[in-house]
Amino acid sequence: MSEETTRYLVTLVVNGVVREAAVPARRLLSDFLRHDLGLTGTHVGCEHGVCGACTVLLDGEPVRSCLTFAVTVDGHEVTTVEGLAGDNELSPVQRAFTECHGLQCGFCTPGFLCAVTAFLRDNPAPTEEEALEAVSGNLCRCTGYQNIIKAVHRAAEIQAETQGRPEDRGGRA
Amino acid sequence: MTEQLDAGVAAWQIKESDVLDGREVGRARRRKEDARLVTGRTQWTDNIQLPGMLHVAFLRSPMAHARITRVDTSVARTQPGVVAVFSGADFAAEQGSLPCVWPVSEDIVIPDHPPMAVTEVRYVGEAVACVVATDRYKAADALDAIEVDYEPLDAVTDMTSALDEGGPKVHEAGNKAFTWTFAQGDIEAAFRDAAVRVERTFVQQRLIPSAMEPRAVVAQTDGDAFTLHSSTQIPHILRVMLALTTGIPEHKLRVVAPDVGGGFGSKLQVTAEEVLCLLITRRLGRPVKWTESRSEGNLTVHHGRDQLQRISVAADADGRIRGVKVDLLADMGAYLMLVTPGVPLLGAFMYSGVYKMDAYDFTCTGVFTTKVPTDAYRGAGRPEATFAIERMVDELAAELGMDPIELRRRNWIRHGEFPYTTVCGLTYDSGNYEAATDRALALFGYDRLRAEQADRRAREDPVQLGIGVSTYTEMCGLAPSRVLGSLSYGAGGWEHASVRVLPTGKVEVVTGTSPHGQGHETAWSQIVADALGVPFEDVAVLHGDTSSSYKGMDTYGSRSLVVGGVAVVQACEKVKEKARQVAAHLMEASPDDIEFSRGEFRVRGTGTSRTIQEIALATFAAHDLPDGFEPRLDADATFDPDNFSFPHGTHLCAVEVDTETGATRIRSYVAVDDVGNVVNPLIVEGQVHGGIAQGIAQALFEEAVHDADGNLLTTTMADYLLPSAADLPAYTTDRTETPATTNPLGVKGVGEAGTIASTPAVVNAVVDALRPYGVRDVPMPCTPERVWRALGQARTPQRTDGGLS
Repeated sequence: MSEETTRYLVTLVVNGVVREAAVPARRLLSDFLRHDLGLTGTHVGCEHGVCGACTVLLDGEPVRSCLTFAVTVDGHEVTTVEGLAGDNELSPVQRAFTECHGLQCGFCTPGFLCAVTAFLRDNPAPTEEEALEAVSGNLCRCTGYQNIIKAVHRAAEIQAETQGRPEDRGGRA
Repeated sequence: MTEQLDAGVAAWQIKESDVLDGREVGRARRRKEDARLVTGRTQWTDNIQLPGMLHVAFLRSPMAHARITRVDTSVARTQPGVVAVFSGADFAAEQGSLPCVWPVSEDIVIPDHPPMAVTEVRYVGEAVACVVATDRYKAADALDAIEVDYEPLDAVTDMTSALDEGGPKVHEAGNKAFTWTFAQGDIEAAFRDAAVRVERTFVQQRLIPSAMEPRAVVAQTDGDAFTLHSSTQIPHILRVMLALTTGIPEHKLRVVAPDVGGGFGSKLQVTAEEVLCLLITRRLGRPVKWTESRSEGNLTVHHGRDQLQRISVAADADGRIRGVKVDLLADMGAYLMLVTPGVPLLGAFMYSGVYKMDAYDFTCTGVFTTKVPTDAYRGAGRPEATFAIERMVDELAAELGMDPIELRRRNWIRHGEFPYTTVCGLTYDSGNYEAATDRALALFGYDRLRAEQADRRAREDPVQLGIGVSTYTEMCGLAPSRVLGSLSYGAGGWEHASVRVLPTGKVEVVTGTSPHGQGHETAWSQIVADALGVPFEDVAVLHGDTSSSYKGMDTYGSRSLVVGGVAVVQACEKVKEKARQVAAHLMEASPDDIEFSRGEFRVRGTGTSRTIQEIALATFAAHDLPDGFEPRLDADATFDPDNFSFPHGTHLCAVEVDTETGATRIRSYVAVDDVGNVVNPLIVEGQVHGGIAQGIAQALFEEAVHDADGNLLTTTMADYLLPSAADLPAYTTDRTETPATTNPLGVKGVGEAGTIASTPAVVNAVVDALRPYGVRDVPMPCTPERVWRALGQARTPQRTDGGLS
């Protein structure tokens, strides 16, 4: 069997569910999620790691799934946009993007949502500059970013409210 | 910074509950679209998986210009997973020519444009063969096994060389596609008698539209009819054009634009890949999918701009503009695509901007080069025109030693002068340039910034401050059909809507517009909720599928609300009129005595009433309707506008320029736009933000670069610099509202306004910062290197070789 046709069994936890599929070594994680597992919420915008649309959480940390081979995540845990909230619920970040009109066509949005989710977990009350920095690795062609940055702050607020930690609501100066 | 943020309209502070009189129009409704978009429950074309589906990969020309002498697909056919391999010769008999529907002049040269090249390639990236295989990876693998022999021909990448006698010919007929002229008034007199004449040449660099969703196509057939899913802005136009191109009868072809991830004009196209996927499906009888990679897209999605503008302005000593002369070269690329030749003409009528003048003279020559074709990109012709006139007004102000705002005040159409017919022959229905400008100046702190600028100049601060002004207007809402006809466009500019009232009183709106981020589902729901008095939640909007929405002209040119939204209003009026008759019958009153308010039909002066939901049910039952009444409330409307829409506004930009490094930083950006009445302020503000970002991107960051052999050097998002959040300023936005008088909603288009307005504001600011050094222009994009070179050239005027070394 040639390198292209040898298949490797990849077993991982995606959005809390154990999934497995046999794929060639070169299968990108983005294609694996979209086409092998049918999780089409993850989008591929450039396939060279610039735009960030394909960002997912690998063991909680944002990664470019288009620059990650599926075989390298065997045994790990992946969260995609479909897994950011419970069934028929919206996470604070998803709610904030909706409230702040932080999306238009929505193609880049899953990448932003994943990146911001991880960011706010580590920094629940970001400054203006920190919020700007946090979203600067993702490209959006529709919004001009201003409402996305607002959504980061709004998500921090919602997160603080829902977690009942009013002392953390100091994000907006 | 704090002051700007305070002044700006913060989206999250616009409360959805801010409602006047219970009306939906004007309310900052959160979008219906978002629920699926933020949870990944979307339907992009690339998501589609069909039983037995095959995948297509295209082999693309590595040469900008060459004769194809041999294509050997035999080895490729034997590769794993490969079902078929085709070259251009395999399609030659059936592939037709990609359409150009805008033959702008009688003698225009429209070259044959085969979807797959057969004998000659004319740009890098042109498809020469394709592999159809069981998966995308295998299809791509087998491309390597296709052998193509090319006999190189000379490339020609710049328009001036292309027009040289004896230069390489892109097509047999030569490199001139057309020359189009337009003149009003006595231009010679205007220039002869003028005290001041200013002449400049501006380069509108080539841009790559870069919608975030790459193009994708899925074609399938049941043996009789065909369905094509495509990431397109124009499912309706596409259906007609594909039927004409492939010979598949229109009624046997369904086109679907599912969720579409941005377009900005780039998906206003009939593409080679759409035609070829249909042909492959017809040939093999199996569903096929093609999704482009980003690099493939940069090479093959049509580009935007790419014009060379020579413009002269003549004015009196007091600043009154007498005339404007424009000589334009527009790079068509290698072929004329859907509306390629019309793009510069959309700008032809906008070079007078907001200003009054005696005379105008415009010449445009379309030029073929061996590059990917150009076509519509956000603003399409109008950003170029607006850039040129707004840059020239700042140049004229400098020449006259006058404040650029004051010069504009002396020349613009005053509020009391509307409706006003411009020198270009357009009638601007309404506007208030004074109000928008006054508001912008106040938000910007214009006088304070000018004082700071003077101080920095006096101190010879290495970081200089520049202030750029753009008092733009534009023509959008494409378009009155008779005007399109007079410009030789191949179709009309109407839009269609139908409104269906369901038995339970819920409403379905079928629109001919095809949104891809603009929020039509939300805005149309607001319009219908007001028109019929039904709850916002009770309205569903269907679009983008020719099987449900059979009639439409789609979404581009800031037309959806001002044409399509008005069609929705008109259909609702017809529904209401039918319901009134039923209501009158049920309440045993004359239809003339029935009043309608907020979903209720009431007999005037009585307490008797029926809700629209009751009437819907009664019409469904049809037991007791007026004699001869057709039992339905549903209605259609097709709206053809009488005039364009003319949004306007004032954008002010302050840029700090480091004269030692050439680095620029936008310190503040104020945009006050007048888009007439507003249906949803949240969506309007979003359109303005995104528009400004794309305009700034042209001013400072983006450029499609080719080498002399015609190779595109900016094939990735790492090479083609799309701005990120870190590259853009916070925008302070506000609005004045001067209702349009040409439609019942009083609305004007907003999709392109920000892009049209912002580019000249930014470049004017950069040049203003450097004016004390003698700089009169910085070519776009104003990168640090370009700024630094412009400074060097200005400081050493004796050098003419353009170098500093």
